Amino acid sequence: MSEPTVILNAAAIQRALTRIAHEIVERNESGAEVVLAGIPLVGDELAFRLGKILSEIWKLPVPVGVLDVSMHRDDLSHRAAPQVHPTVMPFDVTGRTVVLVDDVLFTGRTTRAAMDALNDFGRPKKIQLAVLIDRGHRELPVRADFVGKNVPTAITEKVRVRLDIPGQPDEVVLEK
Amino acid sequence: MSWNKKHLLDIESLTVDEIVTVLDTARAFKAVGERAIKKVPALRGKTVVNLFIEPSTRTRISFELAAQRLTADIVNFSADASSFKKGETLKDTARNLEALNADFIIIRHSASGAPHFLSRVVKASIINAGDGAHEHPTQALLDAFTIREHKEKIAGLNITILGDILYSRVARSNIWALTKLGAKVTLCGPSTLVPKTFEQIGCRVTHNVDDAIRDADIIHLLRIQHERQRKTMFPGIGEYTALFGLNMARLAKTKPDALIMHPGPINRGVEIDSEIADCERSLILEQVTNGLAVRMAVLFLLNGGKGPQEVAGN
Repeated sequence: MSEPTVILNAAAIQRALTRIAHEIVERNESGAEVVLAGIPLVGDELAFRLGKILSEIWKLPVPVGVLDVSMHRDDLSHRAAPQVHPTVMPFDVTGRTVVLVDDVLFTGRTTRAAMDALNDFGRPKKIQLAVLIDRGHRELPVRADFVGKNVPTAITEKVRVRLDIPGQPDEVVLEK
Repeated sequence: MSWNKKHLLDIESLTVDEIVTVLDTARAFKAVGERAIKKVPALRGKTVVNLFIEPSTRTRISFELAAQRLTADIVNFSADASSFKKGETLKDTARNLEALNADFIIIRHSASGAPHFLSRVVKASIINAGDGAHEHPTQALLDAFTIREHKEKIAGLNITILGDILYSRVARSNIWALTKLGAKVTLCGPSTLVPKTFEQIGCRVTHNVDDAIRDADIIHLLRIQHERQRKTMFPGIGEYTALFGLNMARLAKTKPDALIMHPGPINRGVEIDSEIADCERSLILEQVTNGLAVRMAVLFLLNGGKGPQEVAGN
C-alpha cells in the first residue's frame, strides 16, 4: 500500500469552507431562511464550522442541526449495521432552505437517504447540498450545489476527511 | 463499536463492546420516539413474528411497537390461540413461520434454552424475549441504558438487585450485563430465593435488606414470581413485605441519589410502597420508554448483513 496523498491541508480546508460560505450567501438572499444540517461523522463538524462563517457574514445566528441518515440507507441488510448517531434538529425545517453538509460526495446514496430523513422533520422550501470533496462515481442523479474541491478518483481509492483528531492537523487524504 | 451477531439469545455470550454498541445505538432510536414522525424505514419489507408461548403484555407490545416504528410487518402469535393447544411442537411451529418467510422470530417461552434451540432449526434471526428462569436480554439492556442515562457510566456503581433472584431471568441477564460493564452487584432477598451460589459469578449476596441498600446507587426491585415457584419459598407475602419490601423508612437510609428500578409489573404494597413507585427517584416508567428504544436498536443491529460495517467509499 502506498502512502496516502494529502489533497487538502488545514488551511486549504478553511479556505474551501469560506468560499462555500460566500457561495451560499450569493445563492440565498435572505440569511434568515437558511439552516444547516450536517451528516455525521464528519459533515456535522463541517456544518458547525460553516455555520460560524455564515453567522459572521450575515451577522445573525445560522442554526445548525445534526442529521443521521443510517436509518434511511438503502443497503442496511447488505452489510453489517452502520453506527448510528442521534439526530438533533433543534429547529423547524418547514419553509426554510436546508443546506445539507457532507464531507465526501461519492455514489449519492447518502444524499438520497439524507433527503428522506429530512422529510420526517417537515417540508423544507429548498434543499441544497454542500460537500467538501466531490470524488465522482455517482450511482444516483444527485449533484452538489457547493463543492470545496473536485477530486477525480479511482473507484477503489478512499477519501478520508480528518478533523479534530488530537495531535494531528486537519487534512483530507486520498488512500490508494 | 461492532456487531456481527445474527441472534440475540442471551447476555452471557455478549462482549462488553457488543453491549455498548446496543446502548449507543439505542440513544439514536430514543430520539426517533420523541419526534412528530416516530417512524424510520430501516426494516421496510421485513417480517417479524412475536412468538409468545408465555403471557406478556409489556414486552410483547414493546417489541410490536419497535418493529412498527422500523416499518417492519409484525404478526403476533400467542400460546392460547395457537396450534400448541393442538399438539404442534415448537420446532414445527417455527418452521411454519419460516415457510412464511419470517425474518425475525421474537420468542418468549417457559423453557430455558428454547430460543437457542430455535436458532439452530430455523434461518430467521431469533430474539430471546425471556426463556424460563434463564435470561431476558433486552430487559437487561434497557436497564443498563437507563442507568447509563442517569449515572453516565456503570463501572464502579453499587447496584443492588432485591427480590426473587432464583426464579428471575431479569436478574440473571442483569447480573451478566452489569458485571461485564464493571458494576458491583449485590443480591438480596430471602435465603431460599437468593442462594449463596451466585457469589461464584461475582456477586455479593446478603439477606439483610438494610445492608444491601445502604451504599446502593441503584436499587433494582423484582416481583415475586409465584407462577414459577413450585413450592412456597417463604412463609407469606406479609412477611416478605415486612422483611424485604422497599418502604419510606428503608428508603430514608439509602444514599440521597439512589434510584429505584423495577422491570414491572409492580405489585404495589408488596415489594414496593405505592409512594415510592411514583416518586421522583423511581425510573420505572422511563424503563418502559427506553425498552422501546433498545428493542429498535436490537432489531436494527440484527438486520445488518455480513460485509464490512463502513459506509462504502469515504
